[in-house]
Formats: sequence, structure tokens, C-alpha cells
Amino acid sequence: MSAIPEKRLIPDRLGTSATRLFGSWEALLFAVAVLIFIANSLASPYFLNAWNLSDATFNFTEKAMVAFAMALLIISGEIDLSVAAIIALASTAMGAAAQAGIGTPGLVAIGIGVGVGCGVVNGILVAGLRLPSIVVTIGTMSLFRGIAYIVLGDKAYGGYPASFAYFGQGYVFWVFSFEFVLFAVLAIVFAVLLHATNFGRRVYAIGNNEFAARFSGIRVERIKFTLFLLTGLMSGIAAVCLTSRLGSTRPSIAQGWELEIVTMVVLGGVSILGGAGTIGGVVIAAFVMGLVTFGLGLLNVPGIVMSIFIGLLLIVTITLPVIIRQFRHRKPA
Amino acid sequence: MIRQLFKFREMLLVIIIAILLAVFSTRSPGFATPGNLANIFNDTSILIILALGQMTVILTKSIDLSVAANVAFTGMAVGMLNAAHPELPLVLILIVALCIGAVLGAINGIFVWKLNIPSIVVTLGTLTIYRGMAFVLSGGAWVNAHQMTAPFLQTPRQLFLGLPILGWTAIVIVAVMYLVMSRTFLGRAIYASGGNPTAAVYAGIDVGRTRFFAFVISGTLAGLCGYLWVSRYAVAYVDIAAGFELDTVAACVIGGISTLGGIGSVAGAVLGALFLGVTKNALPVINISPFAQMAISGSVIIAAVIFNARQERRRGRIILRDRGASEQIEVAA
Repeated sequence: MSAIPEKRLIPDRLGTSATRLFGSWEALLFAVAVLIFIANSLASPYFLNAWNLSDATFNFTEKAMVAFAMALLIISGEIDLSVAAIIALASTAMGAAAQAGIGTPGLVAIGIGVGVGCGVVNGILVAGLRLPSIVVTIGTMSLFRGIAYIVLGDKAYGGYPASFAYFGQGYVFWVFSFEFVLFAVLAIVFAVLLHATNFGRRVYAIGNNEFAARFSGIRVERIKFTLFLLTGLMSGIAAVCLTSRLGSTRPSIAQGWELEIVTMVVLGGVSILGGAGTIGGVVIAAFVMGLVTFGLGLLNVPGIVMSIFIGLLLIVTITLPVIIRQFRHRKPA
Repeated sequence: MIRQLFKFREMLLVIIIAILLAVFSTRSPGFATPGNLANIFNDTSILIILALGQMTVILTKSIDLSVAANVAFTGMAVGMLNAAHPELPLVLILIVALCIGAVLGAINGIFVWKLNIPSIVVTLGTLTIYRGMAFVLSGGAWVNAHQMTAPFLQTPRQLFLGLPILGWTAIVIVAVMYLVMSRTFLGRAIYASGGNPTAAVYAGIDVGRTRFFAFVISGTLAGLCGYLWVSRYAVAYVDIAAGFELDTVAACVIGGISTLGGIGSVAGAVLGALFLGVTKNALPVINISPFAQMAISGSVIIAAVIFNARQERRRGRIILRDRGASEQIEVAA
């Protein structure tokens, strides 16, 4: 990763836990989410409807699943730009398997298996051969999606078994879709993994100072490898959900998602330089992005204009704290 | 010693490209004729120019993911300008293209320079914003060939000594960039601030400002390519050059430009772009589906990264030895 590491200023006195809570990135983001929610419900009469809101969650659940694993990866100082291509390749493999008459359990296993396999490839290249992850995953991104293009060309796979549709279209109870429940469960799993386990602390340690982490006896390469594997696994799971929801596979499936997923993670307060961030922030960021796109969709705003808002959201949320910090530092003199 | 290593690297690429051409011409006798080679060079011109812009940014330890979006926006702007005011001379349109490109590049640069935000985040955001702005500008409409004036369309196609002006433009840009990178203060500052930012500061180089100018160069070249692209393909629409930013990064990586900054040459970037251009043009000739292009360039990127890493790896001090293996833990890694 580029750029000079930021200076970390340690204040003489810690604020009270309340001021820290309200001053945190997550609190700011939560306020933004609430504002967007209110603005949406004022702007469109169709917004406040349980089923509509349930539909809105499909905008972000699949991306958020990958974003959880990506958050860990970025905290450790690496990045994986091949996630969308992994989704495409996993989806293509499932499509081919469905053509061959394999049933739903087999399809899920194949989708997740391909995801894990791709994650292992990335892991070997970055952790094993110690190559810079940003370039490696740009390469594997072309490779994975390229394989999907070789297999499919300009054709599409369809004809998935009826029971396969449950993952993307089924509801667990009332308006809560399978995808949303899975999203919630995975959020908890990743929050525990990052914030309450030894493994999570090591991820932070590597991101803050890989060199020091190595000297403290942390197996840096092994943890990075695991993180790439996890990201592959989550991409595989996202591929199962997305393929099941769309019911067809084209090689251009999930095109451009890697950027949206990275945006989601960074918007969630994870430092792109590594070493800082929380899963809670990513969850709120997922909601913010989902609400923005869904609200604008209800107002008939075209998708590409929405992407301007997402881009602006990313830049504004990143620059605002920096500007505030610069302003604060100048004042005392 | 290091210079010789670079020479070796570029010679190797020249040899590989020559071997590729020889192999392809055995399959298809017409492939290696001067006329066809001029065609391939002409076809690769835009990639060469953009790769040079990308190179200046990567050399300063940054990355510019917004180049393709810049091409799309500038291309759309000059296309619409030409359609609306056919009486404007081409020179004026060219100046407008360069200015728009420079401004878009400067916006990236300002964020990186003044706010010290990682370039990958900034350009990830501006990537979606610039392309979205192209949509807002045009309302999603296309500018077609019949709306453009003859000089606008025909000038880059004029043959001069057997090569179209488009190809000559690339040659001129390559020459100018070579002089800038090797003979000017800015060029040397770009190398210095990527190779060792701290040392560059001690040497009196403003690293942030140097990065800013690198982004301006990249943006200006992208602006030029915006016009060239629209004129070459005789159409302007929102999605032109989608995903092309990765091709420019790929060309740089293949050409031996280190993504860690400070290492690389103009010749390397040009050869990297030519390598991609030759394979792209050769695939249909040797009856490989064009859909394989993506997977091939992905594999080549990965191979190039592995190759680069072997060359760049500096011998570090041996501080720790793994218990089992006698493998060195490299400080630089």
C-alpha cells in the first residue's frame, strides 16, 4: 500500500467513554444513515413499507458479505480486487454444474469450493511468494473473469433447479429474506472473529506494524493466507446467493463489484492503510449504501448517477475528518 | 549495475515480443508485414500514451484508477462540443481536451497532495464520479459519427510516412515523456519521491507537490486520449474505455514498473503496452477466441509481478532465521 503512514497522536487524557462513543466514526456514519432514512421517507411515499425495505436489503447483502472479509484483509494491510471475478468464476462453475444435472447441495458446494480455491491462489501468491497484493489481485481478477469468459463467451447459463432459488429468493420468516438473515449471522461471526479473538488482534497487529508483529511471534504469512482464503470463501457464498437470486449466469456478472465492496469497507471507517476499523462500521456503511441506492432508485435516478453519489460519499467521508483534524491542529499553534 | 539490470529487463521484453511476432507470422504469413505492424502500433497508441501517464503516477508510489473514466468524460465533452459547434477549429478542441483532462487529474492530485489521502481511495471515488458526470453531461445519449466534423474524425487517420497521425502522436508523447523523466527536475523528483519519500524530503523535494504534478500529467494525457479515442472509434458514449484503467496498470507492471514506486522506465511502459497490443491483435489471427484475451493478460500480469519481485528484492539483513528452513526473512519484503 502506498502513502506515508499517518502520525498517530496519543492524547494526554482520554475522553470519557460517552464522548468517545459519540465522536466515533461509527456514530457519525449512523447519523448519516438515519438522515438518509428520513430523507428517503420524505422523498418517496413508497419508501416506508416493510416489503419495500426488505427488497432494499438485496442491494447490499451480497456485497456486504464479501465486505466483512475484505475489511479484515484491508485492516491487515492487504487488499483483494479479484472478489468480483471470483464471484463470476464461481457462478460460471455452478452454471456448468447445473447443466450437467447436479442438484442443489452439489451446486452450493461447487460455488463455495471455487471461491475457496481462488482465495487459495491469491493467498499463495501474496503470502507465499510475498508479492504486492494490489497488483497480484488485479492479475487474478483478469484471470478468473477471463476463465469465465472462455467458458461462457457471449452465452449464458440458466436452468438452475427450483430448490436452488431459495438462497437468493427465499424468506426465513415474514419479510426477512434468507440473504438478510445470512448477512446478520455473518456480521456477528466476523465481529466476534475480529474483535474478540486472538486471531483478530493479530490482524490488527499486522496492519499496524507488520515488522513488529513478526518480531512478536505472529505468523504473518499464515494469517494473511487465511484472510485471502476467507475472502475467497465469502465471495463463493456471495456467488451462491447472487446466482440463485438472478437465476442465470453471464461472464459479466458482478462486474465492478470490487470497487463497490472496497468503497463499503472504507466508508465503514476501515483505514485503507491498515490497522484500524470495525465490523460495526462496515455493517452501517452497508446500510448507508443500500439506502442511498434504493432511495434514489425509487426516485427514478439512473444507476450511473447513483454511482456519483457513492463516489462522492466515499470522498467526502474520507476527507471530512482529515480537514477537521487539520483545522484543529492549526488552531492552538 | 542497476542501469544494466533495467537494460536487461527491456531487452528481454523486446526479445519476447520479437519471438511472439515470429511465432504468429509462421501461423499467418501476413502478420509480420510492415503494414500490419504499423496497424498494431497504431491500435496500441492510446494504451501507450495512457500507460505513460499511469507510469508517472505509479513511480511516485501512487496509482491512478480514474484514467479510463477521465477518457470517457473528456471524450464525451469534446464529442458533444464538436457536434454542437462544428465551426470550432480542431486545435481549440484539442486544447479543451487537454485542459479538461488536466483539471480532472489536478482534482485527484489536490486530494493526494493537500489532504494526504491514499491515491487508491481518491481515484476509486473519482473513477465513478467522472464516468457518472459523462452520463449527466450527455443524458445517456451517444454522439455518432455523422454528428462529428470531418477534420475531427479524419486528422488522426491521416497517413504520414505509412503511419497514421495517431501513431505519430504516440511517438511524440513517448519522446517528450522520455525527456521529461530523464532530463528535467520534475522527472527526477518523481523518481526520488517514489524511491524513498523520506530521503526526497531531505533532498528538498516537495513529495506531495511532485505527486500532484504526476497526477496532472496523467490527467492531461488521459484528456488527449479522450479525443483520440472518440475520433478513432467515431463514437462517444458513457461506457467508452470501461475497465481500461486496469490495462494501463497491466502495461506498467509488464514493463517492469514497480508498484512500490521509484523503479521503471519510459521504454518499459511502452514495451509493456506493445506486448498487450501484440497479443490482442494476434489472438484472432491464430484462431484463439478473443474471449481468451482477458485470461491471458491476467496470467501475464501475474507472471510479470513474480518476475519483478525477484529483480526488486533487495538483499536484506539477516535478522531472524526460521528454525526449520534456512530461508532469509527479508527486511525489504
